[in-house]
Amino acid sequence: MPAFASYEEKTHAAFGGAPINVRDPRVLAWLIRRHGLEMTHLSRGSHIGAIFSVAEIVATLYTGVLHVDPADPAMPDRDRLVYSKGHAGAAVYAALAENGFFPVEELSTHYGNGSRLSGHVSHKGIPGVEFSTGSLGHGLAVAAGMAMGAKLDKAAWRTYAVLGDGECDEGSVWEAALQAHQFKLDNLIAVVDHNHMQSLDFCENTLALEPFADKWRDFGWNVMVVDGHDTDALRAAFDQAKANLGTEKPTVIIAETTKGKGVSFMENNILWHYRTPQGEEYEAALKELEAQRP
Amino acid sequence: MRDAFTRALMREAASDPKLTLVTGDLGFGVLKPFWETYPDQFINAGIAEQAMTGLAAGLALTGRKVLTYSIGNFPTLRCLEQIRNDCAYHEANVKIVCVGGGFVYGSLGMSHHATEDMAVLRALPGVTVFTPGDPHEVEAIVPVMLRTPGTCYLRLGRGGEPCLHPAPLTGWQMPKALTLREGNDVALLSAGGILTQTVSAANLLAEQGVSAEVVSFPCIKPIDAEKIAQLASRFRHIVTVEEQNIVGGFGSAVSEVLAEMGTGCKLHRIGMPDVYSSIVGTQQYLRSEYQMDDKAICARTLAWLGGQ
Repeated sequence: MPAFASYEEKTHAAFGGAPINVRDPRVLAWLIRRHGLEMTHLSRGSHIGAIFSVAEIVATLYTGVLHVDPADPAMPDRDRLVYSKGHAGAAVYAALAENGFFPVEELSTHYGNGSRLSGHVSHKGIPGVEFSTGSLGHGLAVAAGMAMGAKLDKAAWRTYAVLGDGECDEGSVWEAALQAHQFKLDNLIAVVDHNHMQSLDFCENTLALEPFADKWRDFGWNVMVVDGHDTDALRAAFDQAKANLGTEKPTVIIAETTKGKGVSFMENNILWHYRTPQGEEYEAALKELEAQRP
Repeated sequence: MRDAFTRALMREAASDPKLTLVTGDLGFGVLKPFWETYPDQFINAGIAEQAMTGLAAGLALTGRKVLTYSIGNFPTLRCLEQIRNDCAYHEANVKIVCVGGGFVYGSLGMSHHATEDMAVLRALPGVTVFTPGDPHEVEAIVPVMLRTPGTCYLRLGRGGEPCLHPAPLTGWQMPKALTLREGNDVALLSAGGILTQTVSAANLLAEQGVSAEVVSFPCIKPIDAEKIAQLASRFRHIVTVEEQNIVGGFGSAVSEVLAEMGTGCKLHRIGMPDVYSSIVGTQQYLRSEYQMDDKAICARTLAWLGGQ
């Protein structure tokens, strides 16, 4: 293992010094996984499975879907992203750092003593993070409030909410789903990272969610189901969701994903909701990721 | 107090189109003038207090002053984590309004007895807690609260309470405690709608030859520590009165000030003795049952003074 001068150098090593195009969603998704592996490795942190399942969703959002600007993170007409599955916050931190909201090097502090990069996503002092989450079931209602505020102001910016599927056990998600429909928030776009697993087991063995898409349809939402690891499909879904303005219905994109996607022994393995990649497992995961670099 | 609140709020809404009132499907007969006059500033979020509070936080972060409104424990305990994480942590301009503090809905049962809200909300960093004692205090608080940054809690009583201050309170500043009656023997400190009983108790004490000072605390967080210190220097006995559990609320707040300043003054707390009430009845019946009505305040104060 070669020694690296910095965290950034190490996590970018696979590119061999070639330019890294973070505007390419596949490249950004790969970087999210690379950082997710390194951040959970360094911090002995959890939730790598969820970071890997949501990677393409976050990467697609930050490569042309979200109207945001690292030079002016608080610009009034920015799109709002409420990242409700805060436990996979590393994915958002990685996307923000790679897009220049703060230095990539700071990702190495994730979970650490005195760090502002808490395990669950925090907005305090972090440019580009709209809202702090961590307790599940909060984000959709907050996003609905923001979307309603935009409507009242006749503002064109959109509000996005990223949810987990296990999170949809929370009744507050469905309270917010009722409200977003009632208030005709067609400027609200939710994405569910439907990796079919939650904390202890598969969703269907816990509180069965299927038929999941039908539930959202019955709540009065526009619903799309897409391959959540296909950035082209995700981009098309987001474009359609934006075009749903005028339907007087909010839109949910159910992104079919695999928990732990990208590392064979992590995929669909509940252990990797918690387990931190160390030793041979870290090396093996890194090798698999390096082989996939776009 | 309810009607005083609506009146004061409507005055503010007239000049502030960004003021938005969100109800959890309650307020029939109270909020009607508001929603008829300002339909564009009114939202019924349904019987969904968690999402109501999250929605309010989101709305507030788009530059609005947002009030959430419900009764009893619904706007507070039911959605406590949304208040903590979504409102207070984000310094969201959300004002939580509860109608029915204490035993206002006494006959409806334990679910509707709001007897821990002051303590619980006081424990949240970044939340200002207002506890008006009469309609004049409500009208003084509402404009101050709406100009106070961040998340606030307003604990109202019911409708039809008498005005205890002789005139509207002009120029009230947070968190100033208000003296309703001067005295020499004991200080009765009151927070919230129980002020009627505290004032009445002072009258009963006067009949017994005891001169009680009555001070209302329209705000318990922050609390008027200066006033507490003055009272501690003048009186050997301070009695706190609240329609709320004895743990963590107004009496606790006063005790913290007294303990930290170091005083020879003795504190006596009147409130719910750390129990839930499984019996029901009118507000006044339950106040009597739990030894916090005017007669009980008088009798307990006499006993405490007699034991000095």
